[in-house]
Amino acid sequence: MLELRNVGYETDDNKEILHDVSLTVQERFVAITGPNGGGKSTLAKVIAGIYQPTSGQILLDGVDITHLSITERANLGLSYAFQQPVRFKGLRVKDLLSLAAGKNTSVTEACNYLSEVGLCARDYIDRELNDSLSGGELKRIEIAMVLARGTKLSIFDEPEAGIDLWSFQNLIRVFEKMYEQTRGSILIISHQERILNIADRIVVIKDGRIQKAGSRAEILPALLGSADASSPACSVLTDKVEGVRS
Amino acid sequence: MLDVIEKNLLKEVAELDSLPVGAYNIRANGELAGRNTTANIDIVTKTDKPGIDIYIRPFTKNESVHIPVILSQTGLKDLVYNDFHIGEGADVTIIAGCGIHNCGGGNAQHDGIHTFYLAKNARLRYVEKHYGEGDGRGKQIMNPTTIVHLAEGAQMEMETTQIAGVDDTIRKTSGDLAAGASLVIREKIMTTGDQHAVTDFDVDLNGEGCSANVVSRSVAKDVSRQEFVSHINGNCACAGHSECDAIIMDNASVIASPALTANSVDASLIHEAAIGKIAGEQLIKLMTLGLTEKEAEDQIVNGFLK
Repeated sequence: MLELRNVGYETDDNKEILHDVSLTVQERFVAITGPNGGGKSTLAKVIAGIYQPTSGQILLDGVDITHLSITERANLGLSYAFQQPVRFKGLRVKDLLSLAAGKNTSVTEACNYLSEVGLCARDYIDRELNDSLSGGELKRIEIAMVLARGTKLSIFDEPEAGIDLWSFQNLIRVFEKMYEQTRGSILIISHQERILNIADRIVVIKDGRIQKAGSRAEILPALLGSADASSPACSVLTDKVEGVRS
Repeated sequence: MLDVIEKNLLKEVAELDSLPVGAYNIRANGELAGRNTTANIDIVTKTDKPGIDIYIRPFTKNESVHIPVILSQTGLKDLVYNDFHIGEGADVTIIAGCGIHNCGGGNAQHDGIHTFYLAKNARLRYVEKHYGEGDGRGKQIMNPTTIVHLAEGAQMEMETTQIAGVDDTIRKTSGDLAAGASLVIREKIMTTGDQHAVTDFDVDLNGEGCSANVVSRSVAKDVSRQEFVSHINGNCACAGHSECDAIIMDNASVIASPALTANSVDASLIHEAAIGKIAGEQLIKLMTLGLTEKEAEDQIVNGFLK
């Protein structure tokens, strides 16, 4: 279980990005949504250790990880799929999957991870993660890396972005299967109604604060209902219901 | 007989645990330490200067020649001229390399001047690896010069690697290409400490439809210095491409000077050069996979030079 207690984050020039965020993640799927610029990705980075919170506490299974490094948190069982995957000249898909799995991944294992995300392993395992891969391909490989890690907490920052031809249903199946295997919580930052639809709990973040949080039944109807009322958060939602093209 | 140090050097530069299969010529501390020839490959010691002539008969296929050089005596300066004559239509691999183990106070230096003559439609893969080690104050110095003459339709791929332990190196490679010939050079260099490496490519594209591709990847650490110079001269309808990609770390310095000369409107020439540090987001990504910052850096550097 992940617990955030009154977490705040200010940038070096004293701009407050997160304010007094308290949150527990123990359900299967927890979705974080809200308008762009509201602090969702910053929150993911604070949890992963990329940013150090300026106030508050973060606990993973009761252990205070507030001041642990990225590496230490990763080794305690935290995975993080970036919104914008990183390219590496010279490192191949197989290398990254092996690093993620913490052991030399066999071709069969690599094949399993890649086929989960709709990629044919034969075509990809020896490809470098360089400019020759499209944004969508990189995004799927990023998800495959989290699959290879199989940790007790996995964070996905807008996993649907850039994945156009591959159906959302498959992405959702990946999350479901991942849960079956790890029994760990999956935290997903998303604007996608179809992803919010599988969430056990939805957290809405706006202006660096938790605006509301609750079960899907409590939160989703209001979110969708207000879409017509031209709320910026929800117009983004409706825009994206038909799939993101980027 | 080779001793343990010499055997280790041999392993580093030629990936050999024992004597190779096929033709070979092993030079240790300026002397011949072993030679084997085959029906198609002859190796002859030069009489006018140090070095050997290697003759590969026309249409020889799938054979290889190993010609490692190892130095384990401090203060030794070794200079060789090796000429390779690759017959028409042959398709072979040549593995060269130089390893220096210098534990004394004097410099150990090997300068190899390799000249390749590829006849019509010959194909050659040439692999060259440079490696130095030693705990003495003396330097390991290597200055390889490679001169390539490609006849019509000849194809040569050259892979050159210098990953560790060479204090000072000036690597010169020059070539001329006839019609339809192709030359691909892949260079990998890593310098550490106060090492200094200069690479200089000069390629003349003389025949219709010939092509050259020079790709250099390098990593400069500590206070080491690297210079990359390439000249590709397009004298006809031809294609030339050079790419220098360097990772710079610590207080190192890298100079990239790619130059192109077109003497024909049909010469198609491109160069690319990029120098930069390891991107912070690359380190962070690998750290989220459980690697420490140092491990992440090593993975990125190793991958880049692979």
